[in-house]
Amino acid sequence: MAQAKNAGEAGQYYFPHGSRLPFFGSMSLFVLMAGAAATLNGASIGAWVLGAGALLLCALFFFWFGEVIRENQAGMYNEQVGRSFRMGMMWFIFSEVMFFAAFFGALFYARQLSVPWLGGEGEKAVTSLLWPGFEAAWPSNGPGALSPREDGSYETIPAFGLPAVNTALLLTSGLTITIAHHAMKMGNRGVLKIFLALTFLLGFTFLGVQAHEYGEAYREHGLQLGTGIYGSTFFMLTGFHGLHVTVGAIMLVVIWLRCMKGHFTPRQHFAFEAVAWYWHFVDVVWLGLFIFVYWL
Amino acid sequence: MAHGNEAAGHGNHDGPPKGLVRWLTTTNHKDIGTMYLVFSLAMFLIGGLMALAIRAELFQPGLQFVNPSFFNQLTTVHALVMVFGAVMPATVGLANWMIPLQIGAADMALPRMNLFSFWLLFFAFMLLISTFFVPGGAPAAGWTLYPPLVLQTGTAFPMAIFAIHMMGASSIMGAINVIVTIVNMRAPGMTLLKMPLFSWSWLITAYLLIAVMPVFAGGVTMLLTDYYFQTSFFNAAGGGDPVLFQHVFWFFGHPEVYIMILPAFGIISEIIPTFSRKPIFGYEAMVYAIASIAFLSFIVWAHHMFTVGMPLAGQLFFTLSTMLIAVPTGVKVFNWTTTMWRGSLSFEPPMLFALAFLFLFTIGGFSGLMLAIAPADFQYHDTYFVVAHFHYVLVPGAVFGIMAAVYYWLPKWTGHMYDMTLAKWHFWLTAIFVNVLFFPQHFLGLAGMQRRIPDYPTQFTDWNMVSSIGGFGFGLSQLLFVWVIIRCVKGGQRATAGVWDWPHGLEWTVPSPAPYHTFEKAPELH
Ligand code: HEM
Ligand SMILES: [Cu+2]
Repeated sequence: MAQAKNAGEAGQYYFPHGSRLPFFGSMSLFVLMAGAAATLNGASIGAWVLGAGALLLCALFFFWFGEVIRENQAGMYNEQVGRSFRMGMMWFIFSEVMFFAAFFGALFYARQLSVPWLGGEGEKAVTSLLWPGFEAAWPSNGPGALSPREDGSYETIPAFGLPAVNTALLLTSGLTITIAHHAMKMGNRGVLKIFLALTFLLGFTFLGVQAHEYGEAYREHGLQLGTGIYGSTFFMLTGFHGLHVTVGAIMLVVIWLRCMKGHFTPRQHFAFEAVAWYWHFVDVVWLGLFIFVYWL
Repeated sequence: MAHGNEAAGHGNHDGPPKGLVRWLTTTNHKDIGTMYLVFSLAMFLIGGLMALAIRAELFQPGLQFVNPSFFNQLTTVHALVMVFGAVMPATVGLANWMIPLQIGAADMALPRMNLFSFWLLFFAFMLLISTFFVPGGAPAAGWTLYPPLVLQTGTAFPMAIFAIHMMGASSIMGAINVIVTIVNMRAPGMTLLKMPLFSWSWLITAYLLIAVMPVFAGGVTMLLTDYYFQTSFFNAAGGGDPVLFQHVFWFFGHPEVYIMILPAFGIISEIIPTFSRKPIFGYEAMVYAIASIAFLSFIVWAHHMFTVGMPLAGQLFFTLSTMLIAVPTGVKVFNWTTTMWRGSLSFEPPMLFALAFLFLFTIGGFSGLMLAIAPADFQYHDTYFVVAHFHYVLVPGAVFGIMAAVYYWLPKWTGHMYDMTLAKWHFWLTAIFVNVLFFPQHFLGLAGMQRRIPDYPTQFTDWNMVSSIGGFGFGLSQLLFVWVIIRCVKGGQRATAGVWDWPHGLEWTVPSPAPYHTFEKAPELH
């Protein structure tokens, strides 16, 4: 691991002296959460509070990252500060991995344990009394056949249609961002800008395809959040993934705008790298989704 | 946001701004540490009041003071407040204060995020505690939030879930900060295996936090969508299973108990050598022991679930893996004991708390081993025996560790010695009452008294009375703690840099009180 090299490096480690943003940010999140809770509880002002919270949070991101970018452009960060940022980002991504692990865990639990048990496997014989005749199979919307349709039926989305297209889109975007990174290191800014733009365009296309797929699922396939455990795991996993793609794509746009403004050097471009790692992480999660949610 | 300019002129010696603004905007690790500690003390008192209400109700059978629904709200929120509001923030506060001082860093690596973690926690608790005032009251399904019961919570439900999300985000940011600080900010020459054990314990705790808090966040998110968005994660009719939540919860929950105790282990490993005037026995073994405990804590979670039904192989695995934790834990207990062997001991308040920790935590460990035996747990589960177990490991364990730390470092923080006589009174009262409070709960549990009930059969009356008396004695004794701290902040005999007779470690090389900025130039180490 990196050894501490406080002394002997150019410049002091930069410590900010006071900031109003953390308090402001915590308050914004509080407003957002209180608004969300009020909305879920059916209070009519809930949506307004929620909206206000969202606006405040956007403002927070704007100011916070603005400040960091300004400090960085002013050359206040030495190499050691850069290392802190890098490590911070890596551990943040690790925490995200664990967040997805919870939902993948739920998926595997349903597939390997709860649905087979409900079908009478193992020693839990009582379930066959509750739901006689339920045959375990995957995908499943459970013995209660929960679905928006009267007859409890639904269809899944075949892996080798739009999902395969989406896989190709994301994998390609992984490639384009790598090319952009190389271009950055070589100082070839023309290629950098083009391939970075391609990356987020692929990302947004992915999101468009995903939205279309959701629409079809909801309207035509009887596949909704409420479609038993299959619908639950399907939408929660792909939904949280989609949310991450959205965030990642927005970050890519920000990075791209910064490239246009001439930020970053071939040696120093932490923000770019952080976003690239994040993008690869989102990519890998998608592969897991494609294999275990759509395909197998 | 004229930060560029501010920083350009920042030299080193700006003091903090005055008044409230200081606490809203500070990015100084000492200020933030202080805020965490004060917050934790406040939560300790609030959670304590809830506990006293519980003990008052249980003084006699029958319903005296509260109705059953409010009783359940009290047990639920008491636990959430103590775990997430008192114990964890206290150790985070200690980490903030002491890790930079111990490793020779000028501050935490990511100071703005540090402040963000604190205020997020504060607002999370505003949200959680306000649930007492909404229709239907606070969540009442127990701190473990098991469905389907928790899905009957009223207005409080989304508030509690979002509060947990915020606490989780706060913990994760705090943990990232600790890891980055330790890995990236150590003074030259401070190799990992020279690092004080308190910092070591926090490095590993932080790793546990980042690994399990997101899983918990995922779990409560599933509760939320089951409640409001028709998902079926915990609904058998849709192919889900309420037991899935228990797995998710305890995959988080068991490492969580170590998140609370490991920093205390670190503290005890600092204090026992100081007051034995001898270096810790088996330093490296101590480090490896913490690491093995952390690893094992990921593969024991289902010992909380023996009674929900589990294949024999599962029962065997989780019984044995749980018992395996006794091995590294034993290494620690024996090394602490051996450190004292032939030491020249003295019994200042931190040492008294550390010694009480050693004995009483071990009692909790032993009852844990009893609970780990699946067939025996069928009897103990969900009784007061479990309550006794976890209170032994948490109160004379984690909380004593924190109090020991406060008495150990308070002179460094305030620059004053505190009143040793009063502190010793605090210790003896606390140590006696904690046993009066919790020891009888073992008997009650073995005799079959269930946990989380406001009323009970009359044959349990005697020990409940004893326990309640202990509870009030314990609660009142803590006022003494607050008093000692306030007096020490206000004044008292000047503390030297070393404070104690046999100080060891970098934190004792800076003056007391520690100046606002320390180690701006990395210290020289040999
Ligand atoms: C030698 C180490 C330990 C062992 C073998 C052990 C074992 C157990 C077992 C088997 C249970 C489940 C009992 C039941 O519900 O029937 C349990 C519960 C519990 N333990 Fe431990 N434990 C140990 C140490 C700790 C430590 C260090 C802490 C915290 C600092 C802790 C906190 C808890 C808590 C909070 C519960 C109850 C959770 C609940 O149901 O609300 N334990 N322990
Ligand atoms: Cu456990």
